[in-house]
Amino acid sequence: MHQQLPRWEHFSHGADIGVRGVGFSRNEAFEQIALALSAVQTKLELIALTSEILVTGALVAPDDELLLFSWLNAIIYQTAITGMIFGRYTCETRADGLWGWAIGEPIDDSRHDIACEVKGATLTAIKAIKLGDGTFLAQCVVDV
Amino acid sequence: MDLADFIKASDYEWHYGPVDHMRVPAIIFGSEALICAMDDHVLTQLKNVASLRGIVKAAYAMPDAHWGYGFPIGGVAAFDASNGGVISAGGVGFDISCGVRTLTSGLHHDEVKRLRARLADALFGAIPAGMGKRSKSRIELELAELDAMLGGGAKWAVSAGYGVADDLSRTEEFGCMAGATPEAVSQHSKERQLAEVGTLGSGNHYLEVQYVEEIYDPETAKAFDLEKDSVVVTIHCGSRGLGHQIGTEYLGQMAKEALIYGIELPDRELACVPINSPTGQKYLGVMRAAINCALANRQVLTHLVRQVFAGFFPRAKLNLLYDVSHNTCKVETHIVNGRAKELHVHRKGATRAFGPGHAVLPMELKTTGQPVLIGGSMGTSSYVLAGSNASEQAALSSSCHGAGRSMSRHHATTLWSGRAIIKDLANQGIEVRSHSYRGIAEEAPGAYKDVSDVVNSAAAAGLSRKVAKLSPMICVKG
Repeated sequence: MHQQLPRWEHFSHGADIGVRGVGFSRNEAFEQIALALSAVQTKLELIALTSEILVTGALVAPDDELLLFSWLNAIIYQTAITGMIFGRYTCETRADGLWGWAIGEPIDDSRHDIACEVKGATLTAIKAIKLGDGTFLAQCVVDV
Repeated sequence: MDLADFIKASDYEWHYGPVDHMRVPAIIFGSEALICAMDDHVLTQLKNVASLRGIVKAAYAMPDAHWGYGFPIGGVAAFDASNGGVISAGGVGFDISCGVRTLTSGLHHDEVKRLRARLADALFGAIPAGMGKRSKSRIELELAELDAMLGGGAKWAVSAGYGVADDLSRTEEFGCMAGATPEAVSQHSKERQLAEVGTLGSGNHYLEVQYVEEIYDPETAKAFDLEKDSVVVTIHCGSRGLGHQIGTEYLGQMAKEALIYGIELPDRELACVPINSPTGQKYLGVMRAAINCALANRQVLTHLVRQVFAGFFPRAKLNLLYDVSHNTCKVETHIVNGRAKELHVHRKGATRAFGPGHAVLPMELKTTGQPVLIGGSMGTSSYVLAGSNASEQAALSSSCHGAGRSMSRHHATTLWSGRAIIKDLANQGIEVRSHSYRGIAEEAPGAYKDVSDVVNSAAAAGLSRKVAKLSPMICVKG
């Protein structure tokens, strides 16, 4: 069955939850998996896109899996520090590494109904791979 | 899980291997029904852990074991540093020293029952929980004071006015994990903690007011100051953002370094390094700081609870029964091949369960063994157990920690609504307070396994002894 691209989705993992992004490029898959991360906590349509922050700059890692791990954990760190929840992400590859931005708003208890805090992105079920059809898949389990 | 390849050591103890790369056997505790219901990933992860360098005796899984990160949740494994043994950030987890403490009150169920709703409102107002503005700490610490907290743990909290000296002997490590290195904790980790000291967090964290529904061991219950229908307060939370950040940083670091030490990882999440490596030693120090963070956190929450109770019951005294941690790596002495050996014991979603007479227990607990506190789900029973000497031989003095989920969070929200659960539990005499209806749905009682089965298996396997059953009256959800 033809599936929409780019897209994000969740998958089951026992006590926690898997996040997955698929796109036409690695960076697009990283943007989508970040949306999946936000959707663990609240419905994306509830997030007003009012403020942009730089999540990370010049991010490098020995391989794409560890880059994915670092990207998601940078978002989790920013959520903790800023108290914001994000509904749009942009990833860009520059000479010195991956740069990423997020747009969102401060967490509003009354609107966002956030059930749990994401403690961290794990290396469980982690993949950052090019698929046979040329698209890119990024996934891992997050600890809630 | 298929038990066909297991050797049945008893009705509640099952051995597998060693086969293939395993250096020691895997041992799973539980009834046949519990183990058959376990995810196959539990055995896969146990086999992987059993293949790690320096592992001693066995890779253990408690009756509540389920699919975790590298290590199964409910996993126990000990390593010999002198034999190239490793330390794994995944074997401790993100919520370092997540744990439970229970306070006795001397109050009777009937006294609290009639004030239940108002008490629930007061606790909900006083305890920072969930996410967003209302989750933030009532305490503002400067970085220097944060370092003192990371070095001192519950001891720091008591000296800062958030408790009494008697609390410390009723906390593992007497309230302060030695060997912590606050100076090595990253700036990011400290930044995440500044607004989170004395906060409950979210997800499956909670604060419950409970009453003793049933006593199984009258003598030990009396020593623990538990009587039928007496009221206790239980707090479940951990090291908050600081622990999560440390877990993240070292999981990544160990994943990068494992190959340098020739450690082939069957599962990247099992990332580990030799205990005696620079990163291994650094992780030990900051992990211990995170343990202190969790101990301080639960101590501050205790202070807040005492303040609320004082407003309702001025003559009541909330005494700490015990504080246990679930996600740690600690240096402990255990008997291996007839000789005392210092080992680094990882317990990931498992509780230490030192039996009667153990050297590290305070005098008042030497006769009984340490309390082992097992949380149920919201709306169901919790249990107080006691450590047993049989557990030392069986599983390095370890026991279970809770029920474990039976379904995903998403699935739970398709079956239940938060509002309906709150109403249903109120009809059963349980007041629930939370900032998130979705959180309530995700934590629905039906989303968890039956903790009674887990506890009965732990007792039957000799891991710990049943003392009392607790039933909830008030639940403040994180």
